[in-house]
Amino acid sequence: MTPKLDVRGVSCSYHTMEGETQALSNISFTVDNGEFLAVVGPSGCGKSTLLSLLCGLIRQDEGDILIDGERREGVGAGIGIGYMLQRDHLLEWRSILSNAGLGLEIQNKLDEQAKERLKKMLEDYGLKDFENARPSQLSGGMRQRAALVRTLALNPEILLLDEPFSALDYQTRLFVCDDISSIIKKAGKTAILVTHDLSEAISTADRVLVLTKRPGRIKAVLPISFGERWMRPLERRNAPEFSSYFNQVWKELQSNE
Amino acid sequence: MNKSAGITLAQKAFLEQETVRRRKVKILRVMFLVLLLALWELSARMGWINDFIFSSPARVVSCFWEMAGDGSIFVHTGITVLETLASFGLVVVIGLIFALILWASKSVSEVLEPYLVMLNSLPKSALAPILIVWLGNNVKTIVVAAVSVAVFGCIMTLHNGFAQTDPDKIRLIYSLGGQKKDVLRKVLLPGTVPLLISNMKVNVGLCLVGVIIGEFLAANQGLGYLIIYGSQVFKMDLVVMSIVILCVVSAVLYQGITFLEKRIQKI
Repeated sequence: MTPKLDVRGVSCSYHTMEGETQALSNISFTVDNGEFLAVVGPSGCGKSTLLSLLCGLIRQDEGDILIDGERREGVGAGIGIGYMLQRDHLLEWRSILSNAGLGLEIQNKLDEQAKERLKKMLEDYGLKDFENARPSQLSGGMRQRAALVRTLALNPEILLLDEPFSALDYQTRLFVCDDISSIIKKAGKTAILVTHDLSEAISTADRVLVLTKRPGRIKAVLPISFGERWMRPLERRNAPEFSSYFNQVWKELQSNE
Repeated sequence: MNKSAGITLAQKAFLEQETVRRRKVKILRVMFLVLLLALWELSARMGWINDFIFSSPARVVSCFWEMAGDGSIFVHTGITVLETLASFGLVVVIGLIFALILWASKSVSEVLEPYLVMLNSLPKSALAPILIVWLGNNVKTIVVAAVSVAVFGCIMTLHNGFAQTDPDKIRLIYSLGGQKKDVLRKVLLPGTVPLLISNMKVNVGLCLVGVIIGEFLAANQGLGYLIIYGSQVFKMDLVVMSIVILCVVSAVLYQGITFLEKRIQKI
């Protein structure tokens, strides 16, 4: 079976007048359809660069990125990729409904039918009463949901999550992480989560990919399995296997030198 | 915020104190002006100052009545206001267009930057004589002079604002499949509205400065003309009256933009 996403020998460098910085070196991995992959690594290891590459925002120097076995030309939503950034970036001058429809609007797909579907999604995600509210009137968790609706409205095949919970306080973070990852799993989306929070990675992912320090190389790929496949992140944190997985990932990160 | 039912005594006392203080400020504000005017009038009447040179509130008012009678003062004021609004409109449009061009091309902005900085710090009144020679003794000169006072600062401020747009918001637009035009329409322009408005507040004042400079040199109508004419023929009442009207005009223009700001915030 062709994997959903196939990354083959990808390297990427940044160029400035001061010199060249290699961010990623010879990265290869695959992600199956519906799989949830978490990427962890020390800060500055090129995690965000990896997502920018997958999204098509920047180009790799070497290697190939294949979606369904094909090389796709384009950026983001144009190639079936949804990207959730570190902060929700809801635009303050738009209502929640209009923020959620931003992607559709840019793609010129915001017709009556799409609007109805959008409203249905907001309703499903508990934002019905806030359709006409401004982003600042919503709590951090709800804003993150609205941002997720904005991404999902374009029906992406693969979701990229760039530490999407890092701007939230710890308690909200646990709940929102639980909430968002459950929504994504229920929708059967393929997802790649980049994070520096190991427990977040272990509690959400089917597999954890550990990167080395710059230039980022793949250090290890650890499959995570908690007996019952659909256990929610908050439940996973209490599972007995959790701490042994945590130690495994921690050890991989430690032996990074 | 508590509803009135839940207010403690201390809070009540604080509120009363604050209300009284604010009322005092308002009263003192008016009193200050009244006192100043009274002192001025008194000094003129008592002969402490020469009211031929220093004028007096009564003389200013009577001068105003005289000119209001034949309607001429409204013509002069109207012309100055129209010239200011015209140049203000031009500054906003030109400023926005050039700021966008600079934003769209990093190289263009780097090439032009030193020239903009230089033109912005150049005293624009120095240009006025050239403008008269080039454009003639007319309204065109006045409007161009006014535009030249404000436009360079406007371009630079707006361009800085554009350049400070959150790069992640731009990434967001691209990741949603958008292009540069979408960044412009969805993020850049709506995001710059507050900056544009605060910039307008500065510019409307600068345009008025430019218009008066222009009218000093190249006009036979307008408040600037009245000031210059009045001082040449030693009609100080006329000069002082024109300045007072200018104060009112600039306050009204500023308030107009504040009003616009509130309207936009409500949308």
